Amino acid sequence: MAETLPIRETAQGSAHARHGSNIGQPVTRRDGELKVTGAARYAADHRPPGLAYAAMAVSTVARGRVAGLDVAAAKAHPGVIEVMTPANRPALAQDPDAKHHPFMFRMDLLQNDRVRYANQPIAVVIAETLEAATEGAALLAPRYEAEAPAATLADGEVFVPRAVGVGSPADLAVGDVEAGIAGAVHRVMATYDTPAQYHNAMEPHAIVAEWTGDGLSIDTPSQGLAMARGRIAGLFGLKPEAVAIRSPFLGGGFGSKGMLSGPQVLGILAARLVGRPVKLVLSRAQMYGPVGHRAPTRQTLRLGADGEGRLTAVHHHTRTASSRFDDFFEAASDVSHTVYASPAIRTSYDAVRLDTGTPLFMRAPGEAPGSIALESAIDEMAAACGMDPLAYRLLNYAETEPMSGKPFSSKALRACYEEGARRFGWEGRPLAPRTMRDEQGLLVGWGVGTATFPALMFEAQARAVIRRDGRGIVETGAHDMGQGAWTAFAQIAADSLGLDIDAVDFRAGHSDLPDAGIAGGSAHTATAGMAIHHAGAAVIARLAELAMGDERSPLFGAGNAGVVARGGRLLRRDDETRGETFSAILDRAGLAEVEGKGSSSDGGPAAGDYAKHAHGAVFAEVKVDPDLGQVRATRLVGAFAAGRIVNPHLVRSQYLGGMIWGVSFALHEKAVVDPRTGRVLNADLGEYHVPVNADVPSLEAILVAEEDPHVNALGIKGVGEIGVTGSAGAVANAVWHATGVRVRQFPIPIEALIV
Amino acid sequence: MTHSLTLTVNGEEKTVALDDPRVTLLDLLRERLGLTGAKKGCDRGQCGACTVLVDGRRVNACLTLALTVDGSDVLTIEGVARNGSLHPVQAAFIAHDGFQCGFCTPGQIMSAIGLMAEAGPLDDPERIREGLSGNLCRCGAYAGITEAVRDASKILSGKGGAA
Repeated sequence: MAETLPIRETAQGSAHARHGSNIGQPVTRRDGELKVTGAARYAADHRPPGLAYAAMAVSTVARGRVAGLDVAAAKAHPGVIEVMTPANRPALAQDPDAKHHPFMFRMDLLQNDRVRYANQPIAVVIAETLEAATEGAALLAPRYEAEAPAATLADGEVFVPRAVGVGSPADLAVGDVEAGIAGAVHRVMATYDTPAQYHNAMEPHAIVAEWTGDGLSIDTPSQGLAMARGRIAGLFGLKPEAVAIRSPFLGGGFGSKGMLSGPQVLGILAARLVGRPVKLVLSRAQMYGPVGHRAPTRQTLRLGADGEGRLTAVHHHTRTASSRFDDFFEAASDVSHTVYASPAIRTSYDAVRLDTGTPLFMRAPGEAPGSIALESAIDEMAAACGMDPLAYRLLNYAETEPMSGKPFSSKALRACYEEGARRFGWEGRPLAPRTMRDEQGLLVGWGVGTATFPALMFEAQARAVIRRDGRGIVETGAHDMGQGAWTAFAQIAADSLGLDIDAVDFRAGHSDLPDAGIAGGSAHTATAGMAIHHAGAAVIARLAELAMGDERSPLFGAGNAGVVARGGRLLRRDDETRGETFSAILDRAGLAEVEGKGSSSDGGPAAGDYAKHAHGAVFAEVKVDPDLGQVRATRLVGAFAAGRIVNPHLVRSQYLGGMIWGVSFALHEKAVVDPRTGRVLNADLGEYHVPVNADVPSLEAILVAEEDPHVNALGIKGVGEIGVTGSAGAVANAVWHATGVRVRQFPIPIEALIV
Repeated sequence: MTHSLTLTVNGEEKTVALDDPRVTLLDLLRERLGLTGAKKGCDRGQCGACTVLVDGRRVNACLTLALTVDGSDVLTIEGVARNGSLHPVQAAFIAHDGFQCGFCTPGQIMSAIGLMAEAGPLDDPERIREGLSGNLCRCGAYAGITEAVRDASKILSGKGGAA
């Protein structure tokens, strides 16, 4: 059964306020009322009849083996039904350690007694109540044979990965970097450290799983329903059609719900073991291990510039870490392929293996840590050249993509710098640091950073229908993790069918629907949006064919002049007074409905000819207490250009959210790893600091107009991740400007600022 | 042994025979009374997603043992809209896009309503930010949240507003 958003009428009128129609309009969220009334159902909100509760026991050591579990004590606890360990875990059709392609990640599904990271699941207790399951898991009192873990970038043997990110080369160069640095007038060489970070979506990973006959019925959050279904089908030897996953709402994902995680599969296994529906929800602490994180990096930048300040060479080297048992390498250097013009650029990588869960995509993977290091280094070079940081960036503006030499499909970055600087009031910024104070004597600093993120497209399918009653149905298994899929796709769907948005039933969030690709890489709106666009066009083409071939239709013979669909009618393009309703066409043809299918991919004849990116400029003000070193980001202005904007209301929210992530990267969040035990010491929301409301007093996002004729027919680039980039560097650079202290360790520790 | 517990939840009296004294107010609401609006984000009182009003005051329902609120009046997000009409705070959250994923939203709204009761009309954004800083939003919808609460406060104190 498909998920349709149940929109109900309220005393205030329609559940969402409309200010016009469809693409480009600031429509409020169609799921808004469900979310503000508590009626939106997230995975853990489900409670099917006969439900049992599962709680995971997780390892407290980072490396070794489980030597003993007191299963008897757990089973003796009232309410405990069963304890799942490697000894009785139901069989799987596929080895959880099998890896048939690079993005099939190994899972910990109780396949043996090995421990390969802290917080790895080592047993699951299933009970009649949550309280009994939780207590049962505590009673297992595991004993370990522990081994010394590799915990930090300083540990272990350094090697060069075969590829980084999503198949990028680990070493890539254009021009002669060494000659460019040797011949430079100004040189900067600096090393920047970024920590391990955890996604910490507000919704912990959760699953409610029920075996039904020979199939599976699942509620679990997913940013990639088709991939999750395929992974589950593979692990359990099922046909994909036998697995139904509902994921109408995610309580945040940020990459952590892109790949099915081990604990979600443990919920399915637990349901099989006890023959009942089972709910398994991770505790916050359990999210620091088996569900991915952003790996730490140590980045070394070597820049050369001529006497005027023009870059002669950029070498961006990243050391990062993957787990000991799988491969994911944070592609932090790759941002230097794109941002600043230089005749010589080299990006390179090496890595170590740590006893952690495997790192994964986290909002702006690669770009976020890469951007803060590059923007800091560029700022250091601007200072070395005695130039204003904005003027310096404009001097080294890339007219074509520096690494590839390709023209940009569109690039309104100059307008972003201009509009952002004007709004922020950048003009008159003193060049020297530590020269501005506010009325309370706090040090004030201003910084800028360039934002960039690739405009990606993946593959997706959609199905569209127009019914005889004139209503449309559009289906694709899209994912709403907060970006506004329920609304933005309905807008695209309505335009594709020439209908008012309220005349379209948009269905998403279910694995039975056509594959909408993934909600990741900031590519979901463009990818699934183009599939919807094509599906709608196919329906309209079919209707036009029916009308133009029928002499009873006012559109008969429109032929080459063609027709246009608007407001539930087909109109002659050359004479819009001549037309008829969709219903009239279907009535006469004796059809209940017409259907069209559409797909999208990163293709097109000119796909490879252009460098495709969204761009932006972020300006930040910070205030620093000169005695305590305490930093506050008091004001941020971001100006972003990302092609056609489907819904400015929602896109602004994406930018602002990204900018807050940038503030967090520069000033707040960090997983503190104990080098002796390999455990995350601050695995909770009290000590892993994410910004609270009072941390971000003033934020503004400017939507800079940009038309892109090349990225896709709709002209859409992504907006979900770009806000993180640029922002983090702008804040770091503002801290330097406030204090005169260049801190190369993030988040910036306040003790570094007391001079 | 079972423990008898009587509560008024969203204006309705409920008597619960609780078989386990370890049950928190949050788990009582979510797993036994079917009121899943309040969310569990951390189970440690660190995120605020579980915020409900107990006798008009904001509490983290995850840190509150159900048995300790015997006889209390509990208001959850499900009880905020009345007769099909959204509360001004709810309407303002939609108008100002004060949420993205929506998971923290029930807690944010309950916290905002509680804050208004504590502090009176809220015109100063800094006061709103401070007063709502026990409610984390990882999506970063803080600007919209602050504007929404300010706007709703104006409406509730009879000074108009745009929502």
